[in-house]
Amino acid sequence: MELTLLLFLPLATGLLGGILGNRLVKPVAVLGGLGTLGVAVGLALNYDTALGGSQFTVDKLWVKPLGIHWALTIDGLNLALVVLTAFVYASVVVACALREQESPRLFYFHLGLGASAVLGAFLAQDLILFVLFFDLMLVPFYFLVGQWGTGDRVAATTKMVIYTLAGSLLMLAAAVATGALAASHHGRHLDFLISNLERLPLGKGTQQWIFLCFAAAFLVKMPAVPLHGWLKDAYKSMPLPVLALFSGVLSKVAAYGFLKLALPLFPDAAASFQDLLLAIGVISILYGSALAFTTNDARLVVGYSSIAQLGFILLGIFSLTSDGAQGALLQMVNHGVVTVALVMIVGVLASRAKGSEDLGSMGGIAMGAPVLAVVFLIAAFANLAMPASANFIGEFLILKGVFDSVTVVAVIACLGVAMAAVYMLRAYIRAMHGPDTNGVEQRDLSIREALPILPAIALILALALSPQPLLKRSEGPATAAVIPAAKAANIDPIQTATTAQAKR
Amino acid sequence: MIAAIKAPFIDWSALAPYTSLTVGAVLVLIAGLVGSARLRSWLVPGLALVTLTGTAVELLSRWNHPKVIISEALRVDNLTVILGLLCVAAAAFAVVLSLRSDTEDSVGRGEYHSLLLFSTIGMLILIAANDLVTIFAGLELLSIPLYVLCATELRREHSLEAGLKYLIVGSVGSATLLYGLALIYGATGSTSLPKIGVAIADTGALTDPLLLAGTALAIAGLSFKASAAPFHQWTPDVYEGAPTPVTTFMATATKAAALGILLRILVGPLLPAVDDWAPVIAAVATLSIIVGNFGALGQDSLKRMLAWSSVAQVGYLLAGLVVATSLGIGALVFYLVVYAVMTLAAFAVVIENERASDDGERLSGFAGLGRRRPWLAGAMTVSMLSLAGLPPTGGFIGKLAIINADASGGWMWLAIVLVLGSLVSLGYYLRVIATMWMTEGSAAKTPVVKQAREIVAVALLAAAVTIAAGVLPSWPLERAQDVGHTVISSR
Repeated sequence: MELTLLLFLPLATGLLGGILGNRLVKPVAVLGGLGTLGVAVGLALNYDTALGGSQFTVDKLWVKPLGIHWALTIDGLNLALVVLTAFVYASVVVACALREQESPRLFYFHLGLGASAVLGAFLAQDLILFVLFFDLMLVPFYFLVGQWGTGDRVAATTKMVIYTLAGSLLMLAAAVATGALAASHHGRHLDFLISNLERLPLGKGTQQWIFLCFAAAFLVKMPAVPLHGWLKDAYKSMPLPVLALFSGVLSKVAAYGFLKLALPLFPDAAASFQDLLLAIGVISILYGSALAFTTNDARLVVGYSSIAQLGFILLGIFSLTSDGAQGALLQMVNHGVVTVALVMIVGVLASRAKGSEDLGSMGGIAMGAPVLAVVFLIAAFANLAMPASANFIGEFLILKGVFDSVTVVAVIACLGVAMAAVYMLRAYIRAMHGPDTNGVEQRDLSIREALPILPAIALILALALSPQPLLKRSEGPATAAVIPAAKAANIDPIQTATTAQAKR
Repeated sequence: MIAAIKAPFIDWSALAPYTSLTVGAVLVLIAGLVGSARLRSWLVPGLALVTLTGTAVELLSRWNHPKVIISEALRVDNLTVILGLLCVAAAAFAVVLSLRSDTEDSVGRGEYHSLLLFSTIGMLILIAANDLVTIFAGLELLSIPLYVLCATELRREHSLEAGLKYLIVGSVGSATLLYGLALIYGATGSTSLPKIGVAIADTGALTDPLLLAGTALAIAGLSFKASAAPFHQWTPDVYEGAPTPVTTFMATATKAAALGILLRILVGPLLPAVDDWAPVIAAVATLSIIVGNFGALGQDSLKRMLAWSSVAQVGYLLAGLVVATSLGIGALVFYLVVYAVMTLAAFAVVIENERASDDGERLSGFAGLGRRRPWLAGAMTVSMLSLAGLPPTGGFIGKLAIINADASGGWMWLAIVLVLGSLVSLGYYLRVIATMWMTEGSAAKTPVVKQAREIVAVALLAAAVTIAAGVLPSWPLERAQDVGHTVISSR
């Protein structure tokens, strides 16, 4: 029941604000954001780590004729991601409330719907329910970009939706096929509960095309390199706080989908396509990094670096090792938090450089803005996976997993670590250091600007200081997620005793 | 001597929907002769609505009380009830949507509404038909009033053209169907559907070339009415030319009636020959999905766009029919109802927008509607999202149910075609949404005409039902599957 409440809280407050009128919409939305965060944190604190497994489970038959359950749960796999989503949503709502929007009632409604859909996708334990929320996520963002965006927003949002839905609709057909074929193969009633489907494996040939449909949906959403065509325009058009929510959590749903669905449900196919997905991961890292250090657009540095970071996450998952999967999970959380901070910082930088997000029109801001400089530096260091940051641990675990599984890939992927340092520091130096030739405003962070950024920075530091609670909770489920596929690929998922403790 | 004549037994209670509609249609015609225009303007639609409501109640009372009436000519079962209700509701909404139309000036109000009711009777007969002769009688009673209704805007050239075009193409369709029915009769020696079923069950498959040709012609004839490709060419012109309330009625009710009887024939007597007709229906479905979706791309007239999209939607519906199981029929019936509701919402918005501005039917007339009239634009948005099959709408669940039926029945490739078709359809559905919310309308387009509250209410109601069907689909889906069970088991 708590989970249903958590899921609908953003949407309900978005609707309520819309009903109460223009004056109350902002306070209600902010309360909704903070409330969502509160409920999520409360659930996380009440999650019994010693017990582990699925807790707070809701399971009701929702659409009886189709065997679709309203099944939500929290386990070690999604706990951190749910809290992350609530956190990002709260930050974003606060950031939005400090700006002015046109038609605020619709704006906060769409924002709330988006957050509810993301929470739904993370919490769903029914395959169709997951697909439903996965598709639903896109609808509010279609409007948020198209209506409140800048530049060529309509073309950008159409492109984004068509790209994403191409994958999602194939996934819908594949998901239905999974349930229907499993039911007919094993002579059972139609049922889409993921835990049940895990026990009813499909034939290898069937698994392969179904897996490819799922992979297409997830890879577009992440996005991974050959399928990232929508990213540039969509990122350029999105209002900044919306971008923080989009980049911070939506891409994680896709990565989470691989761990939650693609690996356990289609282990044989995952094993046979392991090389393909590792290749896509490596290409995403290299190409994304290359794009990030050739662009002059501060916002796109963040966007392209996301491609590279998600490439790492993909590598971790498809190393099919426990370490890799755990690293991927940790990195999802890290990247979400860091992205929120970086996107908001880009907004601050642009306001100093007469509204331009071009790195060429910035420079020398740091001299008059020490707090901003420190905040940016922390976020940049975290993003480039500086040792001592949680990102370092995440990338380390990923690379270790890949090294144990497919050594060559790990060696190439290590280049990506170095490249991240290049593009992040380049962006930082060009924006903050150097002579002030463009007449930028050297003003430090105001309280209004700092309000949505500082919690993210605090969280980055907290994660750096103690990532263990997160790793401890995710170890069991992450291992369980990769075991079937690892078996099919003849990989030992739990290599020599490397635990997080040994590394710290 | 007189006592020796035994009156045939007539089950008046099962016949009640038909009698009440007929009486109502005649009364409406008479009411149209009332002298005072003011009195006429509310008496006629009022009488029509009362008639339709009464019919709906009588239909509802037949739920789960299947009966074969008039010496086995009509079968009033759950399928009749559900699709009959859909047609009756479509007629009622057509009445509401025409309340302020100016067709009254050109043709009398009484005639207009009476024709609408007569067409509805034809639909009810067609859906319930249990005999080849009844099928044809129902189809003609459905069509002939519609030919006239299409042409009721006498001063608009397009309207007349639409009526004529529909008459010619529709007659070809009827002739094709009639020829097919004749061949089926020739092959089986009976006009009664159950007896044809027995005759076919003896042979097992359509080995008789006469029967094969008859079935093919019957499918083609009904495809004309349902506007499935490649028998759809009349659709865009007629939908665009006809008065929009009539288009709404055609797009929802005619389609339901045509698909209903197709379902009754194919899953009834022809079920043993499913392996013979299923590939044909699958081919028609595929073609409709492709032709409809690509035809709709780039249409600037919303009515034309919706016409093409309705061709594609018939393709989705036929994809449910291919799987001749209760799962497939349930999915088909559910999606048919959802399709009718979301189409109603879209057309209601078009009607309202048509009145507000000169280019209200064009896509350009929708620019900035989100700002001017957010509720109207909201209803249209829900309708478009649902037609495209996005959650949380009934369209999503409907497509899900059809894909599920296809996947379970071994027609996975058809499900993939359906999904790819939906992807293409985003190209035009999203265009409408983008025009409403994301482009500025020119200031000159502010509505000068008084808003028609009842039309906005219809649009909002339909949109709300569309959402409800997506959020709480269990109950309607179960009812739809009940229909599937009764159709399968009644043969």
